[in-house]
Amino acid sequence: MLSKNQARIFFLGGTAVSFAIFLGLSWHSLSSEVPKQTNSQNITPQVINGKKLWEANNCMGCHTILGEGAYYAPELTKVINRRGDEFVKAVLMSKTPWQPRGRKMVAYGFSESEAADLVEFFRWIGETDLNGFPAPPKYKSTINLEN
Amino acid sequence: MVFALSMLLLSLQIVYGFIMGFAHMGYDNLHSFIPFNTARAVHTNLLVVWLLSGFMGAAYYIIPEEAENELVSVKWAYIQLISLALVGITAIIGYHFNYWEGRKFLEIPRPLDWLVVANVLLFLGLILATLFKGKKRTTTALVLTMGLFFAALLYLPGMIWFDNQTMDSFFRWWVVHLWVEGVWELIMGGILAFLLIKLTGVDREVIEKWLYVIVGLTFISGILGTGHHYYFIGAPKYWLIIGGIFSAMEPLAFLAMALFAVAMYRKGEKRHPNKMALNWTLGTAIVSFAGAGLLGLAHTFPAVNLYTHGTLVTAMHAHLAFWGAYGMIVLALISYTMPNMTGRKFYDSATGNYAFWLSNIGMIGMTTAFAAAGVAQVYMERIMGLEFGEVQKEIQIHFLVLVLCATLFATGITLYIYEFVRYGRPTDEALIK
Repeated sequence: MLSKNQARIFFLGGTAVSFAIFLGLSWHSLSSEVPKQTNSQNITPQVINGKKLWEANNCMGCHTILGEGAYYAPELTKVINRRGDEFVKAVLMSKTPWQPRGRKMVAYGFSESEAADLVEFFRWIGETDLNGFPAPPKYKSTINLEN
Repeated sequence: MVFALSMLLLSLQIVYGFIMGFAHMGYDNLHSFIPFNTARAVHTNLLVVWLLSGFMGAAYYIIPEEAENELVSVKWAYIQLISLALVGITAIIGYHFNYWEGRKFLEIPRPLDWLVVANVLLFLGLILATLFKGKKRTTTALVLTMGLFFAALLYLPGMIWFDNQTMDSFFRWWVVHLWVEGVWELIMGGILAFLLIKLTGVDREVIEKWLYVIVGLTFISGILGTGHHYYFIGAPKYWLIIGGIFSAMEPLAFLAMALFAVAMYRKGEKRHPNKMALNWTLGTAIVSFAGAGLLGLAHTFPAVNLYTHGTLVTAMHAHLAFWGAYGMIVLALISYTMPNMTGRKFYDSATGNYAFWLSNIGMIGMTTAFAAAGVAQVYMERIMGLEFGEVQKEIQIHFLVLVLCATLFATGITLYIYEFVRYGRPTDEALIK
C-alpha cells in the first residue's frame, strides 16, 4: 500500500515535471510561434492605442474577443470582416446608446481618431491565426459573412 | 469578522448577478447607472474577494490550531482585513465610474493591484510567522500555506503590460487558470482535509496521505491543462493536444476528492455532532466534482470547444464549479468554526438545512438554465449561422428560468446569513468562561 512518503514524492515530483514541461512549452510558444501567428510586426502604435481603449472601457465586460470575455454582446475578433470599418466606427462614435433589438451598448461617443484606433486593433486581431476559430457555420448564414 | 465581510460581499455578488439575469431577459432598466459590463466586473470580482477573504479567514483559524501557536499579531490581522476591504470597496466603486482595466477577472486597476500585493504580503507574513514559530508543521497546514503562497505569487504575471492581445491573454490565464484549477485546489484540499480530520475522527496520517495524492493529481492535470485556454487565442496547435489530454484528466482530482470525503465519512468512527458542517463538507466534495469536474470535461475537448468557446456554455460550467468547489468549502468552514468560536453548540437546525438544500437546488437549476441557453446558442449561432442578436432573443426565456432558480438560491443564502448573524456572536455563557 502507498505510504505517506510515496504520496509526497508523487505530489512534488509530478508538480515539478509538469511545471517544467509547461514552462518549456510556454517559452517556445511565446518566443517563436505566437509572434508568427499574431503577425506581431503589424502591431502599430494605432493598434496598441486601440488595445488601451479596449481595456480602459472594459469592452470585455459585454463582448468577447478571441472568444474571451462576457456573453452579453457579439464576439468581435472578426468584426471588421463581418461589418466593415464604417459600421464599426459609427457604433463606436454614437452619442446615444446603440441598441440592436433593444439590447443597449454604452454610448461611448469616441472621437474619430479613437474609433480609428479601435478599428485598427480589430483589423489586426482579425488577421490572427486562431487554429480555426471561429468555425464557419455549417449552414447558410443570415448575415453578410464574407465566406 | 473576516467571515462577516465574506458574507456581505457574497450577498452583493448575488444582487449584481440578478441585475445581469434581468438584463439578459431584456430588462436593462439600470443601464444608465449600472451597465452590463459594470455589473459583470462587480459580480466576478466580488466572487474573488469573498472567496479570498473566506480563505484568509480559514487560514487565520486553521494555521494557529494546526501549528499549536497563537497568531503572531491579531492587531495586524485586523489591519490586513480592513485594508483588504477598503481596496475591494474602492475597486468596486471605481467600476461604476469607468475606472478599471478591462481584462476579464483582473479588472482591478494597476495602482490598486499594488495595494493588493502589499496586503497579501502582510497576510502571508502573519501566516508564515505563525506556522514557523509553531510547534508543529502538519501536512494540512503546509498544503494550505503553499496554496496561499503560490496564489499570491501567481497574481504577478497578470500585472505585466503586453502590446499583443494574445500574450496578454496567455499570461492572464497564468493567474486565472492556475488559481482556480491549480493552487486554489490546494487551499480547498487543505481546508477539506482539516474539516475531515475534525469531523470524522479518521487518523490524520491516512487523510494527509490522500491529500498528497489529490493535490498531486491536481497539479499534474491542472498545470498542463492550462492549454485548454490556449486553443483559439493565437497560440500554436500543440496546445490542442496538450490541453485536451491534460484538462480531460482534471476531473480526476475532483473525483478523488469526492471519493475521499465520502470514504472518510464512512470510515470515521467518531462522529462530530456538527451535522451542518458535515453536510457542507460532503456537499462541496460532491458538487465540485459535478460542476468543476464533469461540466468542465463536457466542453474541454478541442473539437467541442471550437463551437462552445465564448458562449453561455462557459457560464454554465463556471457557476456550478465556483459554487461547488469554493463557495461551499468556505460555507463549510464557517459552519464548523462558528460554534467553536462562539461557544454555542449550534450544530443542526431546520433553517440551516433549508439553507443547504435551497441554495444547492437553486444553483443546480441555474446551471441547467445556463446549459439550455448555452447549448441552444451554440446550435443556432455557431452551427446554423444565425446572427448573435437574433439568437439572444430566442434564448431569453431561459433567463426567466435562471432568475427563478436564482431566487431559490438567494433564499438559501439569505437563510444561511440569517443564522450566521443570529448565532454569530459569542454566547453569554462562553463569555463568562
